[in-house]
Amino acid sequence: MERVERKEPPLTSDDVLLSVRGLRIAFDGVAAVRGLSFDVHEREVLALVGESGAGKSLTARALLGMLPRGATTSGTVRLRGDTDIAAQRGRRIALVPQDALSALSPVHPVGDQLTAAVRSVARVSRQEARARAVAALDRVGIPDAVRKARAYPHEYSGGMRQRAVIAMATINEPDVVVADEPTTALDAELQEQVLRVLGEQREAVGAALVLVTHDLAVVREHTDRVLVMYAGRQVEQGPTEVVLSRPRAPYTAGLLASLPPDDVDGHSHGHGHSHGVGGARRRRLPAIPGSPPAPDALPPGCAFAPRCPLAEDRCHHEEPQPWTTDHGHEVTCHRWDEVPHPATELFLEQPA
Amino acid sequence: MNDAPPHPTDALLDVQDLVVRYGAVTAVDHVSFTVDAGETLALNGPSGCGKSSTVAAVLQLRRPDGGEVRFEGRELTTLTERELRPLRPRMQPVFQDPYGSLSPRHRIRDAVAEPLRVQGRWDPTGPARVTELLDRVGLNPAYGDRFPHELSGGQCQRVGIARALASEPRLLVLDEPVSALDPSVRAGVLNLLADLQDELGLAYLFICHDRAVVRHFADRSIEMRTGRLVPA
Repeated sequence: MERVERKEPPLTSDDVLLSVRGLRIAFDGVAAVRGLSFDVHEREVLALVGESGAGKSLTARALLGMLPRGATTSGTVRLRGDTDIAAQRGRRIALVPQDALSALSPVHPVGDQLTAAVRSVARVSRQEARARAVAALDRVGIPDAVRKARAYPHEYSGGMRQRAVIAMATINEPDVVVADEPTTALDAELQEQVLRVLGEQREAVGAALVLVTHDLAVVREHTDRVLVMYAGRQVEQGPTEVVLSRPRAPYTAGLLASLPPDDVDGHSHGHGHSHGVGGARRRRLPAIPGSPPAPDALPPGCAFAPRCPLAEDRCHHEEPQPWTTDHGHEVTCHRWDEVPHPATELFLEQPA
Repeated sequence: MNDAPPHPTDALLDVQDLVVRYGAVTAVDHVSFTVDAGETLALNGPSGCGKSSTVAAVLQLRRPDGGEVRFEGRELTTLTERELRPLRPRMQPVFQDPYGSLSPRHRIRDAVAEPLRVQGRWDPTGPARVTELLDRVGLNPAYGDRFPHELSGGQCQRVGIARALASEPRLLVLDEPVSALDPSVRAGVLNLLADLQDELGLAYLFICHDRAVVRHFADRSIEMRTGRLVPA
């Protein structure tokens, strides 16, 4: 894979590209993101994991300087030290959204849109920009790219459209690509293809990737580091391998324990058509009790405490602070060193 | 296979040579399968493969263009709407979108009571029956007074299951029942479905695209692709 050499050295002494400190995002006084700090390093793939309402998509939007109207924010987001992120969008930072149709104009051919993207940042001739657009479509595996460049988004299939959006996001060789649930709308086979193409293009232009997802199997296969969010806060962050093999937060441990076994391994054991193991089906999955809280109805103390089998008195009163365990592994839990591994037994509930 | 004569089976659901067409497009192309009482058969495949058309034709929500659908030994495709009515409660769907399947204006209690009312089975024991059903799916009966938007996705899906159970079905057609749920609540809903099956002897036709979930949850699985079953 060809790597593009960086023209300028990083401004900071280490390789931090994107730096988020104390990020808080609220709507009408209700905080959806409640004090989040993390870095994205050169060329790394960081997963932002959480379920609906955890604040991961809002965080992703804050990285791009495109928060919805009515959001009040505090804290900082710096891209190579620069806080004016919106001005860098499409150049040094780009988005791959969940819904490809929202990223493409329905009234212009795909190739024209890519050509315009090139000419918005580079002084090149129309023909040169056009050639780059076709080459970009070709790189993401769109067959007959010359002809397809003249087609409109609705003439693309779902998977091809998502590839075109990846071509669009990477065509100007950004430093960071933010992908917000890029495969959620696709079925399993297309998901794998699109993630592979995204990985290849990221690698080819030497960009870092922030991948927003709720799928731990995707995290395991495709990311270097992971930040797990719950109710607007960081639960845990660290190298993917470390966090998934030895989770320190009860929430992460519970999520991993509750996946059907093959999901965790990320291996596919063939198609498994029929398997007459009558007894196996009766085995209950470990499960996290209850439901995630609404942002306007957060419990006091640790937001996960009402669902946590390890919660004790102080968890219900005192919000835990991030704590570094080892290997750049941070966890936000009062009882992190008592979380068993695997947490199967801890989350095996009795039949309701 | 297609030349074999129709054979009587003791399967709860016996689908033979099912065909569904939309104009010139054949969405379901001679699909055959059976589901026994108390069993889970998973049906998976990529989007657009004909899963949903199969479900609609099995439930007789859309009359198939060919083939047979036998349920409890009766051929459904030739029955009139009136003849189907007493059978419908016994095969109930549970859909993917837990909010979309509940009316936003109706309290949870009324959503669960509705099948009883529609089927003329509402009597003085009705309220107690609703409370029992909510309790059975792991919901605090106090939630009966709430509206769907006041519940989480997982809680709404439990309401959908309670509502299906109100009809005392023998078969539940589960169309991606956990796909739209938050990861932290999926396992709880799968456990609930497993418990209900053990306890009530329910059969499940389980539509799901997640192979790991299928492997864990189903007794058998079949796969569709462009309208046809993939040979096992």
